[in-house]
Amino acid sequence: MKNRETMHEPLIRISKKDSMQWYKSWAVRTAAIALALILCAFVIILLTGYSPIEVYKAVFAGSFGSERKVWLTFQKVAMLLCISLAVTPAFKMRFWNIGAEGQVLAGALATSACMIYLGSKLPPAALIPIMAAASIAAGLIWCFIPAFFKANFKTNETLFTLMMNYVAVQAVAYCIILWENPKGSNSVGIINPSSHFGWLPSLFNQKYLLNILIVFSVTVAMYIYLKYSKHGYEISVVGESENTAKYIGINVKKVILRTAALSGAICGLAGFLLVSGTDHTISTTTAGGQGFTAIIVSWLAKFNPIVMMLTSFLLIFLERGAGEIATVFRLNQSISEILSGIILFFIIGSEFFINYTVSFRKKNHKEGKK
Amino acid sequence: MIKLRKILAIVLSLSMVLVFASCGGNGEEKTTEDGTGTSADTTKIPANFKIGIILLHDENSTYDKNFIDAAKAVQTKLGLTNDQVIFKVNVPEGNDCYETAAELVDLGCKIVFADSFGHESYMMQAAKEFPNVQFCHATGTNAKTANIPNYHNAFAHIYQGRFLAGVAAGMKLNQMIEDGKIKADEAKMGYIGAYPYAEVISGLTSFYLGAKYVCPSVTMGVKYTNSWFDIGKEKEAAQAFINEKCVLISQHADSEGAPKACEEAGVPNVAYNISTIGLGPNTALISSKIDWAPYFELIIKNVAKGESIPVDWCGGINEGSVVMTELNDKVAAPGTADKLAEVKSKLISGEVKVFDTASFKVDGKTITTFKADVIPDEAFTPDTEAIKDSYFSESEFRSAPYFYMQIDGITGAIPTN
Repeated sequence: MKNRETMHEPLIRISKKDSMQWYKSWAVRTAAIALALILCAFVIILLTGYSPIEVYKAVFAGSFGSERKVWLTFQKVAMLLCISLAVTPAFKMRFWNIGAEGQVLAGALATSACMIYLGSKLPPAALIPIMAAASIAAGLIWCFIPAFFKANFKTNETLFTLMMNYVAVQAVAYCIILWENPKGSNSVGIINPSSHFGWLPSLFNQKYLLNILIVFSVTVAMYIYLKYSKHGYEISVVGESENTAKYIGINVKKVILRTAALSGAICGLAGFLLVSGTDHTISTTTAGGQGFTAIIVSWLAKFNPIVMMLTSFLLIFLERGAGEIATVFRLNQSISEILSGIILFFIIGSEFFINYTVSFRKKNHKEGKK
Repeated sequence: MIKLRKILAIVLSLSMVLVFASCGGNGEEKTTEDGTGTSADTTKIPANFKIGIILLHDENSTYDKNFIDAAKAVQTKLGLTNDQVIFKVNVPEGNDCYETAAELVDLGCKIVFADSFGHESYMMQAAKEFPNVQFCHATGTNAKTANIPNYHNAFAHIYQGRFLAGVAAGMKLNQMIEDGKIKADEAKMGYIGAYPYAEVISGLTSFYLGAKYVCPSVTMGVKYTNSWFDIGKEKEAAQAFINEKCVLISQHADSEGAPKACEEAGVPNVAYNISTIGLGPNTALISSKIDWAPYFELIIKNVAKGESIPVDWCGGINEGSVVMTELNDKVAAPGTADKLAEVKSKLISGEVKVFDTASFKVDGKTITTFKADVIPDEAFTPDTEAIKDSYFSESEFRSAPYFYMQIDGITGAIPTN
């Protein structure tokens, strides 16, 4: 307090770091996960009294406990990854598409409508491509509408895409009333349960394999598109600065519309895979909140589709582990979600230490100034 | 950099969204009181016997808690371990239900049970794939006709319980009339339903008929929330009824929205599945409840003995499947307990029929015939004559209710569209 000049120097200073070598940054991440697991162990002992080792074993078993579970884990990773891939180009362009949930539902709705109305009328070779095209178109339109208003009238896409979610949910709720069986039950049940019209076929006797392969190819395509194509470059320039983009002659409006359309189209594809390849039914919870989880996946991976395979796996692994803990120890899911929260917090926190240096005010600072 | 802060902001807010879904109460095991009369148990359940129970939500939903409590009570009664009674919570009504059922089979379950209507198609799918495991589904409609030998439905004659709850409500209305608080023609009740579905319509009609049994001038309005669990909508519906001068409210939805709104406004409330005296000490009257323990006990014992499970089982007051929760003496009109005991014995003896065609009219006419949609089909074809010996025979041709009429005195039960 005596020397006012020292007041200018804060106790803790945070500054941007130069990029860290890859092995150092991975060491920081690994350390973060290790610390998170240690903290989780204390939480487990304090709150439940169970052995943390047993709990971690159960978490692992949740994803890998049996062959069936492994397939389902990869299927779930594929679905979350597909939606994450969808939101990535939009986010990279700083177009806050938080309407993936609604876009997936729009796609799912189109698929179900095709299965119900065209199921018995068309051969599978025609039906499935029509279903895919219809759902991609539905998702595309659902995202294109907010993008059109953003590009032309500078509306806020965050609110607009969010609102479109509610519209999609209500549209699905309406169609459920048309299709529900029995009347008033609010449940459509499995569509074409015996004829399997419009169901994605199994590959090598594995019903999820086709889903997984489709999403894997979309992942690779998205990686190439974002990294090596001219479109991908335009997306990053528009994302960094619209003025720069305009200055170098990029048609910003066109890029926004094109990218949003792509984002919606992949969401529509995810809706198709969820209905035709997984659930064979539709409900207002078909997307199951994954449209929002996808945003975490995409950000955690810094929009890199290849890394997103890891981050989507991480989130599904935690979720399935949470379910398993609930079953094995008869705990409700709150405890496992606390654990997931701690782990995510540490992982995100580690990114901070990778990107920034924290320096404390040096003791000899005052003398230095003199 | 701003980017990181945004990541943090988004992730933190989203993780809150993820976490909020399940909050409250830790999963400590509570031993529940054993409602069913303890008879000497001779059936020994083998140590390798397992039952898996699939639940739509967890114990935060009163609907699912009712199943969990019943299963735990039977577990204690039959001396089973936690490994023998496996709960799978928060299983959505989609492919996950099938996968969970298959997973339970992998774990060695001899019985897989699911509690939500939308689980049915996936349970049937699993039943076809695993013929050596018994699949039991509550509230479903297909077991009788699906022709899958290891697939079963179950429900309860809950309309009996609703009728008794209605009697308690009618007694309360009579007390209000006698005290001069309302006139006889102002005895209007409000009923909050989840969906305009036969199960809900059957329940609200039996509740109304119970009230009318003791209070002939009663009328009732119905509002639907179009959700099984929506605190906000249920609360709003209750408040709307209160504004419409309804003097007593009941509901068939799973949140505490309506009981709380009633407590705030001082309006008596009749609930379902759990006692709400804790939520509304001054307004909660009574609840009717399905006790699933008799059914769980039956299927576990039958499978352990190698006997078959009924295809479509429906338990009533006699079996202990339909029970009433504690009557709140602070709210109930004097003499309610005696009246309930009297009506209950008449229901058991068959002297009183809940859906006695002499006790209600539809559009001013007494019903002499009604074709119900009992056999599931896509066109909802009415296929079965449900009026028999001058009463509507609910849950006799199929456990899941099929009463689908709006009787005189009730408004809004079947939405017009």
